[in-house]
Amino acid sequence: MSVKINLDFTLNGRPVTIEVPAEMTVLNLLRDGLDLKGTKYACGEGECGACTIEVDGRTINSCLMMAADLQGRAVMTIEGMQEGHALHPMQQAFVDHGAVQCGFCMPGMIIQANYLVKQNPQLTREEMKRGLEGNICRCTGYTKVLDAVAAVVGLNENKGLEHG
Amino acid sequence: MAENVAFKHIEKTSMIGKRIKKPDAPAKAIGKTRYINDMVLPQMLYGKILHAGRPHAEIISIDTSEAEKLAGVHLVITAKDTPDLKLGFVKDNAPLKSKVLCERDEVAAVAAISEAIAAAAIKLIKVSYKDLPGVFSAEEGLKADAPQIQENFPGNKSLKFEFKHGDLAEAEAGSDIILDHVFNVHYVTHCCMGTSCAIADFDHNGKLTIYSQTQYPYNYKMDLAPALGIDPGDIRVIQPTTGGSFGAKLDVYPYEPVAAILARKTGRPVKVLFDREEEFINSPTRQPAAIHLRTGCTSDGILTFRSADVLMDNGAYTSWGPTVPVIMMRTVSGHYRVPVIDFKAQAVYSNNAYAGSFRGYGNVQMTYATAQHMDMFAEELSEKYGMDPIEFHLKNAQKSGEVTPQKSYLRECVLAECLTTAAEASDYVNKHKSYTEARAQEGRYKRGIGLASSIHNAGGAKIHKSDGCGTILKMDDYARVTVITGASEIGQGIDAVISQIVSEELGVPPEHVTLVNNDSDIGPWDVGVHASRTTFIAGNGAKRAAIKAKEQILAAASKQANVTAEELDLRGGYVVQDKDGAAVIRLDRMLRQMHFQPTPDVVMVSDYYEPNSELEGKDHISDHSAAYSHAVHIAEVMVDTLTGEVKVEKVTMAQDVGRVINQMGLEAQMEGGLAFGLGFALSEEMIFEEGRLLNPNFRDYKVPTAPEMPEIEMHFIESDCEEGPYGAKGIAELPTIVVAPAIANAVYNATGIRFLNPPMNPEKVARAIWEKKQADS
Repeated sequence: MSVKINLDFTLNGRPVTIEVPAEMTVLNLLRDGLDLKGTKYACGEGECGACTIEVDGRTINSCLMMAADLQGRAVMTIEGMQEGHALHPMQQAFVDHGAVQCGFCMPGMIIQANYLVKQNPQLTREEMKRGLEGNICRCTGYTKVLDAVAAVVGLNENKGLEHG
Repeated sequence: MAENVAFKHIEKTSMIGKRIKKPDAPAKAIGKTRYINDMVLPQMLYGKILHAGRPHAEIISIDTSEAEKLAGVHLVITAKDTPDLKLGFVKDNAPLKSKVLCERDEVAAVAAISEAIAAAAIKLIKVSYKDLPGVFSAEEGLKADAPQIQENFPGNKSLKFEFKHGDLAEAEAGSDIILDHVFNVHYVTHCCMGTSCAIADFDHNGKLTIYSQTQYPYNYKMDLAPALGIDPGDIRVIQPTTGGSFGAKLDVYPYEPVAAILARKTGRPVKVLFDREEEFINSPTRQPAAIHLRTGCTSDGILTFRSADVLMDNGAYTSWGPTVPVIMMRTVSGHYRVPVIDFKAQAVYSNNAYAGSFRGYGNVQMTYATAQHMDMFAEELSEKYGMDPIEFHLKNAQKSGEVTPQKSYLRECVLAECLTTAAEASDYVNKHKSYTEARAQEGRYKRGIGLASSIHNAGGAKIHKSDGCGTILKMDDYARVTVITGASEIGQGIDAVISQIVSEELGVPPEHVTLVNNDSDIGPWDVGVHASRTTFIAGNGAKRAAIKAKEQILAAASKQANVTAEELDLRGGYVVQDKDGAAVIRLDRMLRQMHFQPTPDVVMVSDYYEPNSELEGKDHISDHSAAYSHAVHIAEVMVDTLTGEVKVEKVTMAQDVGRVINQMGLEAQMEGGLAFGLGFALSEEMIFEEGRLLNPNFRDYKVPTAPEMPEIEMHFIESDCEEGPYGAKGIAELPTIVVAPAIANAVYNATGIRFLNPPMNPEKVARAIWEKKQADS
């Protein structure tokens, strides 16, 4: 029998207390233990970015992190981005700009894009490309993804102007 | 709720050409969509397959006893449990194997209460093999002393295709330039982000419900049934949201009947889901091919003949891969005006991986060859006779009304417009000249520009007797529309297109249209999402159904308003006077009035649209698609001559789209299709050693990521296809087909080196540049 570990952490703003096997990854905890299936498995070895989540404000591949390491940390998954019924502006931009086709990679892509814009609200297109390099998408050719992120960056600029 | 509509006027507007959002995008963007990969059914077991991991072997014995003893294991099966069950359209494959013919071969399967237990049980199965000498290329397979792979296919000969037209010897004699090259097109694979998955569940009447990623739910039943020994009528196919497909799910593959057999024997739903390594090893590939292409041309720049001799490694079993010559030969005979054609293709069984259908379907392979020959001619004619390269292309470009030797009828043909548009927009001629001149100069970085074009079916491809699609449309008392279509949604966006078309015809907002298309017990027949056919075929079906509904409504309204139905229209949720848009009655009220009367009239219509194409046929002389389309890509590259890295900086594309329906979806298909071609051209390659895949992961198999994407300039040429919905043609494969040879031609322009064997990865390019330097000095 595997060793079980008691965990306390914050998930999408709410406290979670759970016992997990020591060998469980964060990805498996989210998907199977907590039924948050928005975070996707697509490679299991940190190559594709489909399982990207935020932990303490930084993005990670949840397939590479052990669940036991979440003790005391704050996690945000794709399910935690929106406020109530309204889509987060980044999610809305992806919808509006046609960046979603099969959509399988999109939770990871959107989490990563949001992180990049939080880090640098004036992100250039070249910086977006570099920042999204770890997220594979097979449908879109990334162009509409970049358009969506650029629109959010533009939105931030406009807000900046409005508020002087 | 009576409303005075007397002063309301609604102008006629059109939805066609607008940017429509994909209806399922919000749920996908917030992580709410349950993909098949995410599904869990009550009492569900997890199936896991033991793959042989060796290319060719006798199975001496299988001991499953340890696996069966493991707590949580419900069942272990081997070929002994599945005798006489066959799979594949030449029935050369089976759900589980009694002899190993390739690395992926399914030897045993387990059903257990968790994925972890199923995986552990697989490791406890002991198989004793006797390895056999293998065949690892088509050439080896044809040798007289080659091991026999499939009993029923002597000499390892699989499918064969032939098409001849005109007198080849005469055409050769009349040619001033004859090009003769062998292009070796490599193995690549789809890499759907959602890995392969099937969930099977039998009810107690013996009916199978299979949750599947399939792209062709109706014929799928016919193909799955013999692998289970049941009647196709006893199969219900449900298509949950799927993480990409791109042709990969256009056949039944062994994991699907394996899931069903496990489900039947355990009496529980069983889910088989691949991990990424399994996905790489056990999924279909693009069909590799050695294409021996010869093309002739006069000194005036007129093409005289094309001959193509294609040798294909069939792999161990026959899926759709080795049928791609059906499309390859249309390119040989139809990519520009070529009077004399000699095409043959032979597929040869081996112990390698086997190929399936893949976006571009044979045309990616063939256009890589034909479009490079066109560039070679343009170079030579320019050098020797000073001919303008675009003039050469234009001389040979077909015009509307021309018919190819295979009888593809090019009703609306705008290849010339595509050529001139792309060439002018990219300043092709000037750049090409200046980069050619710069080639001999010193410097590490070299720029190049390359042009390629192709032709593809754009109105389906009638490889079955029907290439049609059924549609059922109903309207409720609130003017909401439900469209039940045979067409599958795999991410490409037929959901948006159908809601847009129905909105156009019925004057309701697109968000008031609900699409039902994921259950074969509900949907009417359709041949599947492939051959760039869905917008064309299912779009036409939706349009025709909507028009029938509209006629029914307007006939009822005309009685009330005392005008003819022709004088009425549906706009903005109202029945209106056609001439001035004056509102007559709100549409929902009209529908209720039709409904609640002594002789109720409910709007519920159906349609089966069959395109006016001809069956492909054994002789391959038929107008097999209802439309054909052309595209021209011009790629601009920067080659680092030290590292061999090719950076595609810009692609200018001009494509005959017939007519734009959903501008946003169209752009998205262009960009995504181009990315596939880019990966094929530059970085993606499955590396096999004696039948074993050496790079089954994203680290060693490099798909394009955001930084590799070039700037894309799109020009949509609207040829207004008479048969297409609103003039539209199918569009989704040409972007994948045309970009790779455009890049190859650009790399030639930059370096003076032809790359006949993709991918043009840094290692290959750097080596070729170094070898050229050695040879030149």
